[in-house]
Amino acid sequence: MNEEMTVIVNGEERQIDGTATALDLLHSLGLDPRTVVVEVNRSIVRRPALADTELNAGDHIELVHFVGGG
Amino acid sequence: MTTTAAAAAGAALTLGGRDFRSRLMVGTGKYSDNATMVEAIDASGAEIVTVAVRRIDLDRTKEEGILFHLDPKRFFLLANTAGCYTAEDAIRYARLAREAGFNEFIKLEVIGDQETLLPDVEGLLESARVLVKEGFQVMAYTNDDLVTALRLQDAGCAAVMPLASPIGSGLGLINPFNIRIIKRRLSVPVVVDAGVGTASDACVTMEQGVDGILMNTALAAADDPVAMGKAMRMAVEAGRLAFLAGRMAKREIAMPSSPTSSMLE
Repeated sequence: MNEEMTVIVNGEERQIDGTATALDLLHSLGLDPRTVVVEVNRSIVRRPALADTELNAGDHIELVHFVGGG
Repeated sequence: MTTTAAAAAGAALTLGGRDFRSRLMVGTGKYSDNATMVEAIDASGAEIVTVAVRRIDLDRTKEEGILFHLDPKRFFLLANTAGCYTAEDAIRYARLAREAGFNEFIKLEVIGDQETLLPDVEGLLESARVLVKEGFQVMAYTNDDLVTALRLQDAGCAAVMPLASPIGSGLGLINPFNIRIIKRRLSVPVVVDAGVGTASDACVTMEQGVDGILMNTALAAADDPVAMGKAMRMAVEAGRLAFLAGRMAKREIAMPSSPTSSMLE
């Protein structure tokens, strides 16, 4: 069992696996990577790079998508 | 068919090198439900539909996003930077929107005042210049101000989008003169964005000769959004055709339509 770490996801603290990648995070939240745009510490992580992007304790992660708007 | 009618019928709107079938663009916000939204958009005939970029609600991830209802093959998704108050935020939102992978177009909004939602033209110009350099097709929501419109064109914007009146106000076209002079002086497309409340507003706006209109609340807040969508489609087509037809000159004194001669004695 890996140690857990705390990251900030959409403004809220979350405990995740200490070795998690950005793709692992999406899977753990039940999100389809094709429908989400991921930003880690203000840098966009492109979809092909999600699996190689290791997260670190204290990372600020934003998960965004399109909603209705004018 | 006359030249004018043919021009109107075949009138594809070209923006940023792409052809579109409708001059009417609609937003996807504030509808009571998604089924009504889709039906209203269908009735409007719009091809370009706007969407906003927001955080996913992680407590409700099972809820479908807007894309579940809008087929990206049928509609051209135009992401906006609504809600951004600085150039930096608008640039950030635009980059996130492009990463969603649909297209390089962005409806750029930088808001300067919470009560009126009027644009911050300084932040708008600054962010437009950055985004154009990054390869975005920028459609810039702005005031009905000629000088700003010219600067946005110089910055390389694909379209300039002056307001008819404040966002969500439904006040209609407040200053037709400003819109006409912007259209007359710009070579990039002019798409009026915001303020249209009902079909007559849309028709009068198109009669100024602008290239298109973007609206959201006029449909979403109508008692019957689907009927209003159809009304707007007809109004935009009627206004465009009337503009191309060329209206009669206004006179302040009546002129009879029937012969004044050969009256009975």
